[in-house]
This record gives sequence, C-alpha cells and structure tokens, in this order.
Amino acid sequence: MSILEKTEMIVNAAGRTVPEIVNGRPQIPYLGVGKYAPSARKAAPPIRTAAAYPANGDKRVANLETALRQCGLRDGMVISTHHHLRDGDRVALMALEAASLIGVKDVMWFPSASFPSQKSAIALMEAGVISHIEGSMNGPLGDYCTQGKMRGMGVLRSHGGRWQAIQDGDVHIDIAVIAAPTADAFGNCDGSHGKSACGSLGFALADSMYADHVIVVTDNLVPFPCVPWQIQGNNVDYVVETDSIGDPAKIVSGTTQITRSPDRLRIAEFIARFLRDSGIMRNGFSFQAGSGGISLAFVGYLKQMMKDAGVKARFVRGGSTKYLVELLEEGLTDYILDGQTFDLDGVRSIGSNPRHVASSPFTSYNYHGKGNFASMVDAVVLGATEVDANFNANVVTHSDGRLLHGIGGWQNCLASKCTVLAVPSFRDRIPVIVDEVTTLCGPGELVDVVATERGIAINPRRQDLLDAVKGSTLPIRPIEDIKREVERICGGKPNRPKRSDKPVAVVKWVDGTVLDTVWQVG
Amino acid sequence: MSDTVVANVFLAMAGHCGPEIRSDVYVLLQPRDHGGLEIHIASRVDVYYGDSIRRQTEEVLEALGVRHARVEIHDEGALPFVIAARIEAAARRAGLGEGTRVLPARLPLREPSTRDRVRRSRLYVPGSEPRYFINAALHGSDGIILDLEDSVHPSEKDSSRVLVRNALRAVDFLDCERMVRINQVPLGLDDLDEIVPESPDLILIPKVESPEQVVAVDQRIAKIKSDCGISRSTWLMPILESALGIENAFAIAKASEQIVALTIGLEDYTADLGVVKTLAGGESLYARQRVVNAARASGVQAIDSVFGDVGDVEGLRAWGASSRALGFEGMGCVHPSQIPVIHEAFAPTASELEKARRIVAAYDEAQAQGLGVVSLGSKMIDPPVVQRALKLMARAKAMGLVS
Repeated sequence: MSILEKTEMIVNAAGRTVPEIVNGRPQIPYLGVGKYAPSARKAAPPIRTAAAYPANGDKRVANLETALRQCGLRDGMVISTHHHLRDGDRVALMALEAASLIGVKDVMWFPSASFPSQKSAIALMEAGVISHIEGSMNGPLGDYCTQGKMRGMGVLRSHGGRWQAIQDGDVHIDIAVIAAPTADAFGNCDGSHGKSACGSLGFALADSMYADHVIVVTDNLVPFPCVPWQIQGNNVDYVVETDSIGDPAKIVSGTTQITRSPDRLRIAEFIARFLRDSGIMRNGFSFQAGSGGISLAFVGYLKQMMKDAGVKARFVRGGSTKYLVELLEEGLTDYILDGQTFDLDGVRSIGSNPRHVASSPFTSYNYHGKGNFASMVDAVVLGATEVDANFNANVVTHSDGRLLHGIGGWQNCLASKCTVLAVPSFRDRIPVIVDEVTTLCGPGELVDVVATERGIAINPRRQDLLDAVKGSTLPIRPIEDIKREVERICGGKPNRPKRSDKPVAVVKWVDGTVLDTVWQVG
Repeated sequence: MSDTVVANVFLAMAGHCGPEIRSDVYVLLQPRDHGGLEIHIASRVDVYYGDSIRRQTEEVLEALGVRHARVEIHDEGALPFVIAARIEAAARRAGLGEGTRVLPARLPLREPSTRDRVRRSRLYVPGSEPRYFINAALHGSDGIILDLEDSVHPSEKDSSRVLVRNALRAVDFLDCERMVRINQVPLGLDDLDEIVPESPDLILIPKVESPEQVVAVDQRIAKIKSDCGISRSTWLMPILESALGIENAFAIAKASEQIVALTIGLEDYTADLGVVKTLAGGESLYARQRVVNAARASGVQAIDSVFGDVGDVEGLRAWGASSRALGFEGMGCVHPSQIPVIHEAFAPTASELEKARRIVAAYDEAQAQGLGVVSLGSKMIDPPVVQRALKLMARAKAMGLVS
C-alpha cells in the first residue's frame, strides 16, 4: 500500500483534489478545457531490422508462454490487451496466467477496459504477479480497487486518453497481446471475420504501433495475406494459434435490445424531437449514440423523423448496432464511422459494406493530434450516473462512490457541437441530479443538454440552443426545477457517504491531466 | 376495524422485496408486550436514505401507537409515501393502530375535473405496484386509474387501498383525471372509506348489474364527503361486465347524477356469455352498441373497454377506429405505449374539423349580426347541429388539435 499512502494532493482548476504523483509518475492537474498543450515529441518503439524476423514471414511460436518469454518478459513490465471481445474475452487472462507461470512479479496490466469475466485477475494481484491495473474496472475488479486493496492506483482514461497516454509516453507498453479473430502468420490481423469476429480492432492499434513487443493470438489463422488487415504485421513480433480467443455468445450479442421502459422511451423521444425542433437534424448532419437502451430507442425515433422530413445524415458514429446499420442500408446516412461493434448485424455490415468504416481512437478521439472526429459531430447522446446544477457530470461511480463503469469514449464525445445526456431524473430512490457530482468526469461547460423523463434542461451557456427551441412543445425546464421536483419526490436530499481520505484511483481528462480522484469506500 | 382482527398475531407482513422489486418495501412487524421498538433496516438506498427511513419508521409507528415491537424493513428504494403505507398496512394486519391513518403531506389539489372533460384514454395502474404510480401521469393519458380490483391479489386488497390513498395525496398526477376502480360492493365500501377523503375525481364501479349497486356507492360517497366537509364532485363510471349489466344499461346510467360515463368490461362479459373474445369483436357488438345507446340516451359518455394485446399496435389502431365509429368517446389503456395510438383514433378527422369550423364560423357571424338562424350558404343549420359543432371544436381544443 506504500504507493497509496504517501500522496501529496493538489486542487486542480475544477476545484477537485487530486494526487500529484500516480504510480510513481508526476502528474499535471487538470487546467481547464483546451488549456494544456504539451510541446514534447511523441514516444516511439525501438528501431527493428527485418533481418531479425523470419524471412518467410512465419512468426508463429508454439504458445503464448513461449512468445512472452521470447519477448523478454521481466518483473515490473507493462502488458496491454484490448477489450473488443468484451465479456467473452479469453486472451487477456491467458496472457496474465502465462506471465504467472513464467514467474514474473509486479506486472502492470493495461487493458483498454476490463470485464467481470476477468475477475480472476484478483487472484493474480493477491499473488503479486500483477501489481495494479490501469484501465476501466467494474464489477469485482472495480470493488477490489474501490476497497483500496490494489497495490497501485487505478487510472481511468477515455478511449482517446488511452491513445494519448501511449502516444505521449505516459504509459510505456512492454508487451502488447492482441486477440485477433483472423490473422496470418506474418501478424496482419483483423476483427471482421472468423468464428470469434468482433468487428473493429481499433483499441489495439496504438498498442501495435508503440509497444516494444507485439504478440497476436488468433483462433483463425489464414494463409498470407489476411485481407482486410486493420493491424499491420510489420508491427508484430510473434503469432500464436489457439483453439478459441473468446466466447462468441458474449463477444457480440445476437440482438441489441431497445428499452421497453415507457419512461426511458419518453426520454429517447424527447431527444429525437429536440434534434428536430432545434434544427440540428438537417441534410448532411451527423450524430453519435451509444448502445444503451435509451440510445437505441432514440435512433428509432430520429429515423422516423428523418424519413418524414426527407433528411439524410452525412455520417453517424457508433458503437454500431443493427439500428445504425439499418440507417445505412436504408440510405439515411452516407457513412457509419465505427469505433466498436456491438452486435452481429454490425459485424456483418462492417465486413461487407464499404460505407461502414472502422475508425480508431486516434481518428475519433485522440486529443493530442491535429484534430479528431469527435468535435465534428453535430450531436451526441450519452448516459451519466450523476449531473449537477452546473451540468458537471459523472459516469464512473454512482453516488455511493463505488467504481461502476469505465469512461469509454464518453469524455471524448463531450467535444461534439451538442452534447445531450439522457438520464432518468432518479433511479430507484436516488436522485441523478445532485448538488455536486461524486466523481467529476465531464466539465459542465461541455454538457449542453440534460434530457430526463420529467423535462429537458439546456445549459444557460447555450443561448443559441435556447433560442432555437423557442416554440417547441418540448418541456424545457431549468435544471434546478427538475432537481427540486425530484428531491421532493424522494423525500429530501440524499445523504452523501462520508468521503474517505485515501485515493484509490484517478480520472484523467482527455489530455492526460488529472481531473478527479476516486476515494476508498468500504 | 380492530374488533374483526385476531388479537394474538405473531407476525404481520406487508409489501414486497427482492432483487427484481423496485420502489417498494417489505415490512415485517412482530408486536410484543414490552421492550420498546427494535427496528432492523436493510435498504438498497441505505447510504442515501437509511437515516431518513429509520426516522420515518419511528414516526409512523408512534403515530399508530405501536410502542413495543420488532420491526424488519427490507427496502428496495420505496418512496416515503410507500414506506408509510406498508408500515400502516402491516400494523393493521397485526391488529394494531386502531384504524389510525398516517397520512403523508398532501400536494395541493388541482382544479376539479368537469363532467364532460375529454376521456379518450384512461391508463390502468395496479394498486399493489407502487413503482408504476410515480411516472404514470407523464405519459399524457386523460385519466389514471389506480386499480384496487382485478389487478390486485385478494391478499393485497387491504394494503393496496392504503397505498392508493397515500398516492392520491403524495403523487403528482399532473392534468390526468384521478380515478380509482374500487372493488365490488361490499368490499368496495371499505375502499371508499379510505380513498374518498382524498378527493379522487372519479370512481369506477366494477361489475354493475343493477342501479341499486350504484346507489349504494353514491350514498356512501355522499356520507363520507359530508363527514369530511368535501364539496368537490366525485364522478362515477359504472362498468358493465355481464349480460344482466348490459340489459340494465339505461337504468344503471340514470341511477345517479354523478355518473358521467358508462363503460364495458369485455373479458368478463364474453366469459359471461360463454363465447370466445375475438379481435373482430362480433360477439360483443350488441353489448357495445347498447352501452353507446344507453349512454347517449342518458346524456353521459360512452367509453370502450381495454385492448389487451400491448404488442399489437395495428390491432389497437383498428379497434380504436371501429370504437369511435360506434360512438365511443374513449377507451381503457393498459400500457403507456397505447396512449398516442388511442388519442389519434379518437381525434376528430381533418374533414370533421373543417366542417365543424365552418359551422362555428357561421354561428359566430349569426350571433354578431343578431340573427336567430344560422346558415351556411343557402342551407339552414339546425340548433342541435350547431351545438354538436361547438362541442366538437371545444373537444378538439381540449385535445390540443386546434388553438
């Protein structure tokens, strides 16, 4: 626990108390939106020579343990994995267990996200094989971190922030292990085909480009060339064949389900009407929606409005699902730019439709680059766990302070021209609109609209939006009004848990500065 | 009340808990002779409202005069008015409280509903499931029915009436007409005792077969209101659900001045006839027409039954159209998704609106010129036709179809 105990804290530009040093590395506290502009150079992997690699292009080795040994796995190294196989992933644990067999200690695991099915990583942490995890954690892993049991501090980054951290050298990946639904022996690989197909492999791209060593693990080896390839074999050291990289039933769902809750459908309908009534929905516009139940329903309502008005989008961004695919196939959008594929329709479409394009966290979200797609999107619909009266928002903990979700692309999407948070005004008896968010993940100046079943609140900073919806029949209300109504319904303001003084994780902003701290609970 | 309850009750329970339960609470009450109150609370929202729940439990028990008991509260995020209702119900089941009512703070009552307000849709909400109460009014139906009858299990009738009573006080139903479907008489009279003091706008009386049943309800309501000093109208809507009820439709419709609408329950009616209920509805056509006729003849609204297949939107649309064509002014509703479809079905068509608009314009002109006769072109418009047009425009305005 020594890493956690000696931590100097500082108050950042958002008024939040954050550690100055995280996992031994000095940090820059959040300075404000758009305020941090580093001038150093990007990190880079070592120069290699082709002579050191098989001339016949066959980089296969017997198993993952052999590959890790040949990469020179040592104590204290950083192993990274991607989460495109979601809760069905087998490869991350295969890699960590192989590391355990080799006998190394204090490895940092750097997943693009972790899932409840990977909870046996806890045993590896207890045994000292893994020192800590930097990446989103929920379920048992999240609890482990929240309870202060992890030997290092958790670091929560957005998808764009993870790319930024790798690119800028904040995190140096020693060995990247890439699960690939299809690969050739040279290491070219792709996610759009194979029995464990998952669609895009964008979350592994930065790993493949910047890690010192890269291992591809596949259950579907094809003769060279693997076409299409999203990961280039020229960045790959070893290829390992295995029977199965993941459980297809849990990689993508057979069907993604629109919510059936009347309250949530109401929120979805409000948002679609908002986009129409404000004029954001017009020919050539763009939007992005998550894969949650409300978002899917929103797409359905918007689609009907687009048809009625004869409007076509230029591009939509996903998490792709069957509903986005329908938009593309029915000619209601020119393109889908896809960061992550959630269901079988998405996988089919990305594998066969040239207008369904795989993007990566670099193109979509990286803040330390020459622009990114996120700021070009006309409207995005996101969720949240809490929002306050200044429109600051939380997405990683509930009001009890326990780690619940990763950030995903959420923070990056806040850059869009109109950011809408779709939230029920209270869940069970717990108000969602609070005095102060438990964990700050998104500064209020970037949150434009909060849509609840009891009404829609528009950020007063957006006079243009307020003007645009004058005359709409939507229930536009000040956020304080909705908050007061909910507090009355719930029987007063909720207690807040007493905040402990032990930091267990930090939330980074899109530029790598430290936005907030997650404190130990229980 | 207390003299009908068993004196030695070891355990009394009310409410529900469990991982699939939301917005409700399970209360277990074990009365004893001494030892004060021992309260154990397990709540899904313990961090946020644990203190508040404990305080509230103590206050409610004190108000009920319960001084010595072991109490377990298993809470799944119930709102305060639900917690109070479940504790009160458990106390009553334990023979405690002597009929004391622990009433939550009451929201100010809205304007009373008028006799012939628009009643296109009325959304049924089971009176034993508090999670549906809170947001019921958000979906824009003309009325909300808090149901104490068929959707409530017999073992829950007593606790549901306390819950519904509290809901009438503490839940904001916006512009929806606040309706309660009571149980058949005599159980329904106990329902009335509990809820009439909370000024529901309308009482639905199920399975009415004779005018006398209506009169019994009417008289009980009048007595309660007189005792409580309430003068707001409490409308009545008898539900005819049997062959005999349909036979007596006109007499029932005329049984009380407070009746504003007559409706039909098709599930029970078709069961009474011994026929299968079909989508085309041929087997109940006579009954529905009789309801429309009797309603018209007695000057009240005719309201149709519910359409039970929530997934069948086209079927609902077709039923609504045929219902309106028969002369019904609205129907029951079992899911919020049905509301917009029903409203569309019962809205006047564009051509009807246009025709009515022209007649009203002609009427206005006649009034302005001091003429007694209204004419449109060369045609004279009879007074009843003018009245109908005025009424239709007023309804269209109330539906938000014209400004």
